[in-house]
Amino acid sequence: MTVAVIQFGGSNCDRDAVRALESLDIDAERVWHEDGLPADTTGVVVPGGFSYGDYLRAGAMAARSPIMDEVRDAAADGTPVLGVCNGAQIGCESGLTEGAFTTNKSARFQCEHVHLRVERADTPWTEHFEEGDVIEIPIAHGEGRFEITEERYDDLVDNDRVLFRYCDADGNVTDDANPNGSTHNVAGILGERESVAVLMPHPERATLPDVGGTDGENILTGFRA
Amino acid sequence: MTAYTATVTVRLKHGVLDPEAETTKQALERLGFELSELRSADRFEIDLEADDAAEAEERAESMAERLLANPTIHDYEVSAAPAAESA
Repeated sequence: MTVAVIQFGGSNCDRDAVRALESLDIDAERVWHEDGLPADTTGVVVPGGFSYGDYLRAGAMAARSPIMDEVRDAAADGTPVLGVCNGAQIGCESGLTEGAFTTNKSARFQCEHVHLRVERADTPWTEHFEEGDVIEIPIAHGEGRFEITEERYDDLVDNDRVLFRYCDADGNVTDDANPNGSTHNVAGILGERESVAVLMPHPERATLPDVGGTDGENILTGFRA
Repeated sequence: MTAYTATVTVRLKHGVLDPEAETTKQALERLGFELSELRSADRFEIDLEADDAAEAEERAESMAERLLANPTIHDYEVSAAPAAESA
């Protein structure tokens, strides 16, 4: 019974993720990508960082490493998989989720607290929220602008795959509240199954009260389901 | 088998915002250059052995599909020519 937090060369949020999960009494361990998923894996975190130095495109290399085949199989079997930041980029690059995360509209690295509106409350990641709830979680990325073709975006909406959108403190989804130019303020999306989700903001950085804010806690508890 | 160089050019699809190109354009303008638009692209040159140019292109195309380009945001072009003789 353990959540595998996959460590690639250049991952840097792996320890934070383990610590945040353990603070919630969820057993977690770092797993070096070359070692494959442990047999007792009950969940997978693809953590933030700069895997392979963001060479080619953020997440492109890690998405094509052999462990991601195992992650795709696990995801298809219903194992919860959460991709955060670089893990979200890897999730899209590996086909776990639709779309792509690319260069921020500002062309700058942005590290700040943002508000997110919960678009679906019936997933393992959001079951402690109500639809429309506003939560505050930090972002830290240079390539977080969600891009997708209009046609695919319509499919995402029709299939109810949008999990979080950037919004203001009152829950209004506006251009001003969109930190990186993401298409329709999308901050996080679901994969084919509700148990697979990726998001650019960092729930593990909003879990331990000492570092400010605990809104991320209720996302990570998705691994208890 | 002949030595070929396949060239894969990967560029953002029309309409996809390119903040890096915009920043580069602004830097050129600060230097006093006049320009209307600037687009950037990635170009990969791949040396490989193939029976003919068509095979070299086909292999490079598959590299573009599998890794070099992201179909969500990119278009790509592939060409192949006999490799230049090394000195």
